[in-house]
Amino acid sequence: MRINNLYRQVIMDHYKNPRNKGLKGFRSSRLRNPSCGDDVTVEARISNGVLEEVNHDGKGCSICCSSASVMSEVLAGKTIDEAKEIISSFYKMIKNEEFSEEGLDEAVVYQGVSQFPARMKCATISWTALEELIGDGEVEQK
Amino acid sequence: MNVNKIRTQFPIYDNHPNLTYLDSSATSLTPRVVIDKMNEYYSEYGVNINRGVYLMSHMATEAYENARSKVAEFINSDSREIVFTKNTTESLNKICLMYQKKLLPGDEIIVTELEHHSSVLPWQVASKEKGFKLTYLPLDDEGKITLENFKKTVSKKSKVLAITYVSNVMGYITPLKEIIKYAHENDMIVIVDAAQAIPHMQIDVKDLDCDFLAFSGHKMLGPTGIGVLYGKATLLNNLEPIDYGGDMNEEVSLYDVDIRPIPHCFEAGTPPIAEAIGLAAAIDYINAIGYANIIEHEEKLLTYALDKISKIDGVTIYNKNADIGVISFNLNNIHPHDATALFNEKEICVRAGHHCAQLITKWLKCDGTVRASFYIYNDYKDIDKFTDTIRETIKFFKQFEG
Repeated sequence: MRINNLYRQVIMDHYKNPRNKGLKGFRSSRLRNPSCGDDVTVEARISNGVLEEVNHDGKGCSICCSSASVMSEVLAGKTIDEAKEIISSFYKMIKNEEFSEEGLDEAVVYQGVSQFPARMKCATISWTALEELIGDGEVEQK
Repeated sequence: MNVNKIRTQFPIYDNHPNLTYLDSSATSLTPRVVIDKMNEYYSEYGVNINRGVYLMSHMATEAYENARSKVAEFINSDSREIVFTKNTTESLNKICLMYQKKLLPGDEIIVTELEHHSSVLPWQVASKEKGFKLTYLPLDDEGKITLENFKKTVSKKSKVLAITYVSNVMGYITPLKEIIKYAHENDMIVIVDAAQAIPHMQIDVKDLDCDFLAFSGHKMLGPTGIGVLYGKATLLNNLEPIDYGGDMNEEVSLYDVDIRPIPHCFEAGTPPIAEAIGLAAAIDYINAIGYANIIEHEEKLLTYALDKISKIDGVTIYNKNADIGVISFNLNNIHPHDATALFNEKEICVRAGHHCAQLITKWLKCDGTVRASFYIYNDYKDIDKFTDTIRETIKFFKQFEG
C-alpha cells in the first residue's frame, strides 16, 4: 500500500512515545493549522548560539506530532546556523527537491510525505515554528 | 430515483470514474445543466446587467432578475426579499452588520454551540465592540437545540437569535417553527443559517416566519460565489446598506445619495451574474427530482451506512440520530487526519477536522471528527467502499500497536 511510505514504524513510535514533550518555559513559538486542528508549540534553550535543548507540545495527527518529536532530537546540540541548514534540507526533502541528508538523521523517514501533498503541512509545521523561533536575532535565553 | 442516471449528469464522474464523493456538506457536485447555463451566459450574452441601452445587457438583466424570482418562489418569498451575496457567510455577516445598528449596549444575542463559525463569529465580534451580551443556548444531552432550552434562555434583554436550521456536523434539524414563534412572542428577531438545510428540505420562509435566512448556491448543486440573504421586506426596508457604489443608488449628488429600493440597495457593484443564473438552473434541477425523493434516498443511504458502521469495532459515531445524510465519527485512538489517509488513496472524499464549527467539536470533547455526507449522486456502492475502507484503516493502524 502506498500509505506505507507515509506511516513508517519510526514515525508511529515517536507518535505513541513522544520525546522531549512538554514545555519548560523557554522562548517558544506556536503554530496552528485551523483546517485540520494541528496545534504545535516548540521551545528551545539556546546559549552561545547552540540549541542546547528543544521541547514541544500540542496536538495533531501522527505525522504532525511525531515530526515535532523527531525534530527535537535531531536539532538538539546543533548551532543556530546548522539548525537553519537542516530545516532547509527538511523542507527540500518534503517538497521532493534535491536535498542534503547531512544532519537530518532520523528525519529522513519523512521523505515519503513528498508523495502526499495534503500532508506536507503536517510534517513541516513544527519545523516552521522552530525556524520562526530562531529566525529573529534575539534568540539567547536570559 | 435513478442514481445511475443522475451520476451521468455530473461531469466530474466522467473525469473521476472511481470517485466516491462523501463531502456534499462542504460543497455539492455540479450537474452539467448548471455548468451549461453559466457557459451559455458567458458565450451568448456575457455582459453587465443594468446597462439597459443594448439588447445583450437587457438579456443579462432579465436572466439575473429571473434567477431572483426563481429563488423567491423556491422559498416562498417575494423577489424584493431576496438579496444576492457571494455565500452564506457574507449573508450572515451582512445582516449582522446591518441589524446591529438597531440594537443597544446590553441587548442580548442568543446563539448556539451547533453554529457554523459564520453564524456565531459576526455576533461574537459585534458583542465585544458594541457591548451586546452573547448567550449560548444550552444543547441537550445529544447536542440538539430544543424549544424547552430556548425558553429557559430567553430574557427581557434578548433581541436576536442567530441559529442554524441544520447542523453541519450533527445533521440535526432544529425545531425552528416553534422556536421562532416563541422568539417573536418575546420581541426577538431570528436569523436562520440554512446553508445545510436547503440541499435536503423544502424551505418555506412564510411558514417558518423567520426574519432573515441565509444559504449558499454551492451546497445545493449550484456554483460557488453565489449566496442568498432573505429578509422580510418590512425589516429590509428599515436597514441601511453596508456597501455603497454602483448599481445600488438612484441619484448621486455631491453630498447626498438616494439609494434604490430593496433588494437592489444591498447589491453594490457588479454581482455574480453567471452564478445567479447557475443557481436558478440548480433550483430547476432540484425541483425536477423533488425533495421528497431526495429525502427518501438520503434516509435509505443513512440507514444502510449506520447499520454497516455499527457492526465495525472501534468506531465512535457522534450523531446516530441525524436527521439528514451526515455521519460524524472517529476511529478510536486514531486522529481524524490519520483516519482519512487511506480514504484519500481510494478517491473517497470525506472531511476531517473541525468543519468550521469548533464549538461543537469542543462540546463533543474531541479534536475534530471525520464526516461523511450523502447526497443524490451517492449509492450503496459508495457506502460499501466507505465502510470497507474504515475496516481497512483500523487494520492498518493496528500494526503499530503494542
